[in-house]
This record gives sequence, structure tokens and C-alpha cells, in this order.
Amino acid sequence: MTASSTTPPTAKVGFFVTCLVDMFRPSVGFASIKLLELAGCEVEVPETQTCCGQPAYNSGDRNSTRAIAESVIDAFDGFEYVVGPSGSCIGMLHQYPDLFEPDNPYFERARSLAGRAYEITSFLTDVVGLGTLQARFEGLVTYHDSCAGLRELGVKTQPRQLLSQVDGVELAEMNEAETCCGFGGTFCIKYPDISNRMVSNKTANAQATGAAVLLGGDLGCLLNMAGKLKREGSTMEVRHVVELLANMTDQPAIGESAADLAYNAGGH
Amino acid sequence: MQIHSPEFKQRAGDALDNANLQRALGNLRDGFPQKRAAAVARMPEFEQLRNEGRDLKNHILANLDFYLEQFEDNVIKQGGQVHWARDGEEARRAILEICRNAGAKTVTKGKSMVSEEINLNDYLEANGVKPVETDLGEYILQLREDHPSHIIAPAIHLNLDDVSDIFHKKHNRPRSEDPAELMQEAREMLRKQFVAADVGITGANFCVAETGSTIIVTNEGNGDLTQTLPRVHVVITTIEKVVPTLEDMTLFLRLLARSATGQEFTVYNTLSSGPRRPEDQDGPEEFHVVLLDNGRSEMIGSEFQEMLRCIRCSACMNHCPVYGAIGGHAYGWVYPGPMGSVLTPKLIGVDKAGHLPNASTFCGKCESVCPVKIPLPKLMRHWREREFERHLSPKGFRFGLGTWAWFARRPGLYRWVSRSSSWFLKRLGGKQGRIRSLPLGKGWTAWRDMPAPQGSTFMDQWKRHQQTQQQKNKG
Repeated sequence: MTASSTTPPTAKVGFFVTCLVDMFRPSVGFASIKLLELAGCEVEVPETQTCCGQPAYNSGDRNSTRAIAESVIDAFDGFEYVVGPSGSCIGMLHQYPDLFEPDNPYFERARSLAGRAYEITSFLTDVVGLGTLQARFEGLVTYHDSCAGLRELGVKTQPRQLLSQVDGVELAEMNEAETCCGFGGTFCIKYPDISNRMVSNKTANAQATGAAVLLGGDLGCLLNMAGKLKREGSTMEVRHVVELLANMTDQPAIGESAADLAYNAGGH
Repeated sequence: MQIHSPEFKQRAGDALDNANLQRALGNLRDGFPQKRAAAVARMPEFEQLRNEGRDLKNHILANLDFYLEQFEDNVIKQGGQVHWARDGEEARRAILEICRNAGAKTVTKGKSMVSEEINLNDYLEANGVKPVETDLGEYILQLREDHPSHIIAPAIHLNLDDVSDIFHKKHNRPRSEDPAELMQEAREMLRKQFVAADVGITGANFCVAETGSTIIVTNEGNGDLTQTLPRVHVVITTIEKVVPTLEDMTLFLRLLARSATGQEFTVYNTLSSGPRRPEDQDGPEEFHVVLLDNGRSEMIGSEFQEMLRCIRCSACMNHCPVYGAIGGHAYGWVYPGPMGSVLTPKLIGVDKAGHLPNASTFCGKCESVCPVKIPLPKLMRHWREREFERHLSPKGFRFGLGTWAWFARRPGLYRWVSRSSSWFLKRLGGKQGRIRSLPLGKGWTAWRDMPAPQGSTFMDQWKRHQQTQQQKNKG
């Protein structure tokens, strides 16, 4: 299946960067855009975008959430699709209709946005066909299913299907791949010791696979798991799945330095 | 049960440091979820049953007054009595009065979380009536002066050693570590109590409106002896347990057993329909149902109404990674885990139970296994909204959130904050690519490194990238 057979080359995508990718890992944004363009989409990054509002929403501050949602709705007006590299933030966009009364003009626009908003691996699999990937990565990887993507958006097979097209990659599933890593946004700050126990269980399960790389689709979880692995002294690399799919693994893994990259390249 | 929910953080920390508890919780995490998954896999129509269960409960809650009155009429027709209790105090008094009228010195009890909710045991004891728990888990806890940490496996926080120790101490017998021997020992002790009791108190899993029957499901059979041997049987239960017909009840029994223990059916499903009739060979002479409200009727029509669908299977806590890390006692009251995090703030006040709905990552696992599809994360979020409205969340947190939200509505300023934070964290990370200690992020860096940003923000890099592309195109 080629991109042109399923989507007109002019499919206009507004790329939702998400705060954590913007601040911590821009390469995930570039990798996502590369994949979207490979799929024949015309990608724009609206400058007026900020956050999806989830921190306010999950803290019970509905007024702030609504105000932020309005600006996100405005920012992504006119795009055929809105795509982002996070099941959590895109899942939040799907909640927007609940924030407005039906007589509010934003209500219909929120519904429209929710219908157009996709997590990246789901978009590349369920909406547009991606031509053959020109990607290669030698090694055993394991995959963490982030909660919001998995349970709110049904992202499970899509990243695995895409990974199976990367030359050289072998996937070893971990035990409890679908169990929360303990990030939970403000949860990891409010209840750090409980969060720590949860992420310790997660890193133990990931390492038990013998994989060299832990992948996922949400930067919050990935920062949490990478931070724990580094503190434990593990050499396991942590990356967002799009980095492998876009053949962009030249950057050091999350929480690693250029020196780590050189060391890891020398053989695990 | 005394309220300790305000000390949630401290109790959770203690639980994480308690090696024995952690060992016990490991067994729970390995046991229940696998058993449920296997039971669900054996039943292709399980998802359809969940939808039917949800819809039927919604219908019942929309017509609760009708079904409760029908239930009461039919209990009376069967020769029993119904006692309406607005709160715990009224329920306790009604039960004590029944015990006094029966001249009761000891009462046997089947497992009942509602009796924990109204602190029944302490009250009876203070009034000269000795309650004897007959569910094995509850019996162990009573000997230890302990409380349930789980709604269907009350002693799940204990290990075999703990049981051996307390039996040895309280039964004056040689210490045994053989589960079968310990079970036999408990049976011998309890057998005398079953016969001696004047009143038997049980809960009810469901109340059937069309027949005026109550049902308990157990795996030990202790409930049967509790409700058939004494002269008086008292059922203490709550108003949302009513179902229209026996047929409806079976739908919930199928959902309940699979969701709770992974059984196709619980071992003992025992219906009580009024007192003993002349032609009956056994059964109590009196049959009383105490129907407790305790704030539940206020949930009808509120954003928490869906919580009243709960059939107390415990699947939410069995699958909850937070419950699995800290156990039930950390929650500080009767109902732990996700269902408790929604129900407890209603029953004891969100000012006391405010931590509970906050101590969730909203991973959604609970909702995905709930047999009646209660949107537990959404309901916990509603409590957070109430806390936010009432300014119950910590001041520093509110200030931080407010500041962040102010910037998040102003893209230009938000860019500037992201850029500065990114720059600052990158410098802190140095050559390592990670930060070992963050002044304002100690919660994170006490146990984890904080990965440092790659460099400048995506938005800045993208702008430069666009400009380069444009120049290339011009050239």
C-alpha cells in the first residue's frame, strides 16, 4: 500500500507538538513530521499552540481547562487532521466536548476537533497508509503501552505493526506491558514514593526481557522510566517509538549523553 | 472503623516500607487479575453482560423508590420486617434493639462491609452483645483486633505466619503452619459459636424486589450457618443493592463471581426469604432487613450517581497499581482502591478523604475491568473538582497550577517559559544528559534522575528549520 493510494497528497495535518516534546525532546517532533510527510501529508505547526490543558483538567480546575481548550481549538481550526506524538495529550483533546455546554459555540468545534485528532502511530496505521519504511535498527526492543493511548484511544497493535516494518528490530514483550508506569502527570510529584514503586516494577519487567531498548509513545512515561533506569545504573536505552520508525536514532537516548551514545554504539 | 484517611500519605509510606505487607500484596497482584482474565476468556459474551449489567443498574437507580417499596412489601408478605435507616446511628440502634428483644448475648456475623461502615462490632460490644465474625478472614482479623484491607479478601494484607501466630496465641494450641490444620482449628472454634449465637447478622449482595429475598454469596458456607442456626436473622445492607427480579439477580451473580475471583459461580449462593415457615425444617424465627441509606440517596441525580452501580466485586482494586503498591489500610477507612476513592469522600467527607481521589494516575485499568462499567477515573476527577472549588487542595499547588494555566493561555509567553526552562534544565544536566537533584523537583529526583532536554525547544528549532527551507527554496 502506498501513501498516495489512500490519502490525497494534500492531506493537511496540524502537528500538535505537546509540551514535553517541545521542551525535552524536539527530535520526536521532527521524527513525527518526517513520518507524516512520508505518508503524503502536508504538515503545519500552528504557532499559537501551547498545552492540551490536562494538568488543569486532572487537578479539578475546569475553568482554566476550558480556557486552554478554547485556545487549542482556535489554533487547530481548518486542519483536516490534528496529530500528536502522545496518546495522553491527544486523549485530552478527545475530552474537550465534555467541557462545554451544548449551546456554547465551542461545543461543536470541540466535537469536530476530537473527531480529527489522532495519536501518531494510530494515524499512520488507521488513517493514512505509510509506504514501506526506510528504517533500520539492529536490536531487541520492548514496548510499554501508555495508559491513555491504550485505554482511551485503543493504541495497541499500531506501534507494533509499524515496528515490524523496521529492518533488524526484534520485539520482546514484557510482563505487564499494559500496567501504568507510575508517571500520572502531577501524581508523580504529589505521591512520589508510590510512583517510585510503580516505576520500579515497570523497569524490572522491562529489563527482564533482555531488550536493549525500551520504547513507548508518550514522553511523560518515557522520562519517568528513563529517569528510573538511569538511577538504577541500567544501560537500557529509552526512546519514543517514532525515533526508530523515522530512522532517527542518531540522538542520544532519553536521559543519556553523547558519550553514552558512542559507548552504546560500540556494542551493548 | 476509625477514620484515618487524612493520614493517607504517611500510611502509604509505611505500607511501602512494610516488607511483610509487600510480600502479601505480591500474591494479590499475581492472583486475582490472572483468574479474572481466564474466566472472562472462557465467556465470549462477557462484554455484552457488562453492558446489560450497566443498563440494568441504571434502570434500577432511575426507579429506586419503586423497587425498594416493592422489596419492603414482599419482605413483609414473607413474614419479615424492614427497618429503614437514614444513617449509621439509626442502623446500629435498630440492630441493637433486635438483639435486645431476642435477649442476645452473642451474635454470629457473616462478612459485611456495611457493618464496618457503621462500626457495628464496637457498638454491639459496648452494649453488652458479643459479635463473632465467622468468615475466616474476618475471624482472623477480629482475633488480631485488626480491620479488613480489601472488600472480598479482608485479610489479604496478612501472610500465613501472621495467622499461625495469632491462632497460637488466642487458641492456646501448638503453633501450626499448615493451612489445612489452621482451617480445621478455626472451624472447631467457630462451630461452638454458631450453635451458641442468639442472633445471626449477615450482609446482602442483592435484595430481590419481586420476592422480598436477600442473597449472600460466600465460598466458605459460614454465612449459611450464620443465618439459619440462630433464632433471629438480621440482614444489614444498603439501598442500592435492590434488583427487580431473581432473573436480574442471576445476571449480576454471573458478573460478580467472574470479576471478583475468576469463578464461574461463587460456591454458596444462599437466598433468605422470610422466617421459617411451619413446613420448613430449619431457619430463623425472625427475619429482619435493615436498609441503610447513609448518604447514598443524595448521590442520585448528582455527578456521582454512577458509583451506585457498584456490586462490590473488588476487580477495580485487584487491578489497581496504586492499591497493589500500598494495600487497603493506607486508604484509611472501610472502602479502599478506586471504588473507595469515589465512595469514601461521599461517606466521610471530601475534606477528610481528599487524598483518595488524588492518589490515582487515572490509568483507567479499573474502569476497563468494572463489571458495570463505572467510569471511576471520571468520578475521581469530579471529587478533585469539588476540592478545587472548595479550595481544599494545597495552596502551593493551587498557586503553581494557576500560574502555569495563566501562561498556557498566552502562547508567546508560554514559548518564553518553555525556552527558559529548557535552557536551564539543559545546563543543569551538563554533559551527563540527566539531572540527579532538582531543587523544586525533589519528589522526582529522590528516586529517579530527571532526563535533561536535548537543547533548544522544538518550536524554536522548527522556526529555524522553516527559515532555512525558505532560503533554500529562494536560492
